[in-house]
Amino acid sequence: MSFLHYWRAMWGIVGRELWRFVTQRERFISALVRPLVWLFVFAAGFRAALGLAITPPYETYILYEVYITPGLIGMIQLFNGMQSSLSMVYDREMGSMRILMVCPLPRWFLLLSKLLAGTGVSILQVYVFLAIAWFYDIHAPWQGYLWIMPTLLLSGLMLGALGLLLSSFIKQLENFAGVMNFVIFPMFFMSTALYPLWKMKESSVFLSKLAEYNPFSQAVEMIRFALYEQFDQHAFIYTLVAFLLFMAAAIIGYNPSKGMMVKKGGS
Amino acid sequence: MSLQTALSIENLSFSYGGKKALDQLGFSINSGECTLLLGPNGAGKSTLFSLITRLYDSHEGQIELCGFNVKQQTRQALAKLGVVFQQTTLDMDLSVMQNLRYHTSLHGLGRKVALQRIQQELERLNMYERRFEKIRQLNGGHRRRVEIARALLHKPALLLLDEPTVGLDVPSRLAIVEYVHQLVAEEKLAVLWASHLIDEIYPEDHLIVLHKGQIKAKGTVDEVLQTTGTMSIKDAFYSLTQGEQA
Repeated sequence: MSFLHYWRAMWGIVGRELWRFVTQRERFISALVRPLVWLFVFAAGFRAALGLAITPPYETYILYEVYITPGLIGMIQLFNGMQSSLSMVYDREMGSMRILMVCPLPRWFLLLSKLLAGTGVSILQVYVFLAIAWFYDIHAPWQGYLWIMPTLLLSGLMLGALGLLLSSFIKQLENFAGVMNFVIFPMFFMSTALYPLWKMKESSVFLSKLAEYNPFSQAVEMIRFALYEQFDQHAFIYTLVAFLLFMAAAIIGYNPSKGMMVKKGGS
Repeated sequence: MSLQTALSIENLSFSYGGKKALDQLGFSINSGECTLLLGPNGAGKSTLFSLITRLYDSHEGQIELCGFNVKQQTRQALAKLGVVFQQTTLDMDLSVMQNLRYHTSLHGLGRKVALQRIQQELERLNMYERRFEKIRQLNGGHRRRVEIARALLHKPALLLLDEPTVGLDVPSRLAIVEYVHQLVAEEKLAVLWASHLIDEIYPEDHLIVLHKGQIKAKGTVDEVLQTTGTMSIKDAFYSLTQGEQA
């Protein structure tokens, strides 16, 4: 197997995903509407209710909209990761996943390529969201828009790997509602996406601890700092380790000898 | 001309939990042979296909594709394999060409070779002029043709067909049956074709009758008729499967 084979296969998988995304206009619009509603409606409503102290990376008082922007970026990637996981379950039920799985390349590489494809789509969504937010007077230093690129790649891979792992456990498409209730919502609300940790600690120390250990929080903080040209080493390492753990578990989940594929039965 | 073994299966067993789905299967298929895998629903045909394609893994027995062990030399083995699954596995929102290009990239074919092969395979199936149409716009028979073309793009030695004619009208079915037999005769392709439609069998075909995870009969059409002492494949099939059910 040559390097060229891997390269062609990866671009085949990424290109297919990007093409599907661009041609599915409804998916593109709905992916943007969700964070924009939060930005325009939710943030506007909560602006008065939540007073924010000056905390790094911010050097001055900021509007609530500015605070939740990195959280909404995380939200785009979280939903995208789960959407990819949903499409994996759908592909598996519909059979198109098999075409990928029977091609002569290692399974970990195929799963990683699929993850990269999903992450690429989520990065596109994030930049379109940031462009709209710019017109809503949410500005970051221009270098910050470049700095977040690698963090978006890592956070996208981490959240995608979580989705991949979940998809290896989900037997049927119908069970996906459970993922919404038990994974997406707790992960999003129990994080620093909407409120800072110190604010959460004021009402519940326990919840703030959960939020602190939530890998989604760390991904959001990594993005938040990068958007202001700073590197949050702790958040970066935490997100990286979470990605590696989720990815390793997903590869085991999709391994025909050890994973869930055999336990699912039937074909 | 010496025949090369395309698929070799020995002592293969598989269970779902405690329930045995395949029990000590053993057979081989040579190049230039079309082998029909007959069996009622639940006989274990799809499980066998999942094991050959390594979607599932068995701890008992072994499968070799062109001499490559599916478990230990997975990639070399899968490179020799073309598959048409029972359910359609095409992307409905992409065109015929995009679906086929996706497949060629997964198999590492360069653009020039890929386009040549796509043209060659689609022309043989009279589908080339429809290459830019979305799969959603094609009827069931044409979708199947695209899937067969796709399975052949990387020049496999063994073609697996998992009930590819289910749900098709009679002319589409006959066209596919004829085309596959033509490939076997002219290209010396080895074919394993799961089916429960007896009229898809040609006299020169080989048969494997699978029932409740066990091989009840195998050999050429004549050999199976002789073994069962019946006059037709239909009678042979019923005597081998219904007897067990009773």
